[in-house]
Amino acid sequence: MTVVQFTLLATVLFSLGLYGVLTRKNAVLVLASVELMLAAVNVNLVVFDVYLQDALHAGQIFSLFIIAIAAAEVGVGIAIVLLIYRNRQSADVDQLRSMRG
Amino acid sequence: MACDRSPTPGGGELMTVDLSSWFSEVANWVFLIIAIPTVFGAFKTVTSQNIVRSVLYLVVSLAGVAALFITLGAEFVGWTVVLVYIGAVIILFLIGIMITRAPLGTKADLSHGSNVKVPAALLSVVLAGIIGWSMVDAFENTMIEPFDPTSTSDLADIMFTRFVIPFEVLSILLLAALIGAIALARRDEEDEVNR
Repeated sequence: MTVVQFTLLATVLFSLGLYGVLTRKNAVLVLASVELMLAAVNVNLVVFDVYLQDALHAGQIFSLFIIAIAAAEVGVGIAIVLLIYRNRQSADVDQLRSMRG
Repeated sequence: MACDRSPTPGGGELMTVDLSSWFSEVANWVFLIIAIPTVFGAFKTVTSQNIVRSVLYLVVSLAGVAALFITLGAEFVGWTVVLVYIGAVIILFLIGIMITRAPLGTKADLSHGSNVKVPAALLSVVLAGIIGWSMVDAFENTMIEPFDPTSTSDLADIMFTRFVIPFEVLSILLLAALIGAIALARRDEEDEVNR
């Protein structure tokens, strides 16, 4: 197994996540695309942890931290989407343009 | 060993030899079998026109990532991905979809038109090209040396000694996020009166 095969997979996942964030209209799907990007970051952290044979396993510990932060982010994100839906009757990020000049 | 770049002598023609030896290794076939559904799931997540299918393809992709972690010997991280992402986060997404009455069916308008899609695709491909090229340039065909699976007890020892402060800070963050989510999502009684 080479290092590059894993980092290239992470690159593809991250780019697909970026594409999703830019093109999706529904706020829940934007959050799902962000999850893809975070998963790509986790792949990189674990691969370099294994490759460098870190005695502290910092890569794996940090990927666990990222998983926890992602869970918190989704919780708050879904609550915000719910609030927006309640006030605007829509979860479409394009309709949130009241701050446009 | 940590920063070993091990450049290939010979350059181009050695790459083909490496490719055939790459395919002779069983672990690489396992990698391919896992990586192809992972990328396919990620692609369908960002392109599918059915919102529920889109989230369920995310399950495929994240399950692939978890399987990759397990092949890399990071068993605890892999199973945590299964428990937290597939078990909890996907359910949250589905609840969010249902509660916001997202348009279901294949006719739903979930993505922007091609005036946004084309620049976004271009940007993603350029980004992937830059990162991918720099990764290939930096590591070429550096092998991952044989490793032992990381035992969960080792991970726990490190987490609760060296990384105990970040762990506690993260606990506070989770608590704050939980309270924040409840405070945002609950309906106040005054709101009900005003309605």
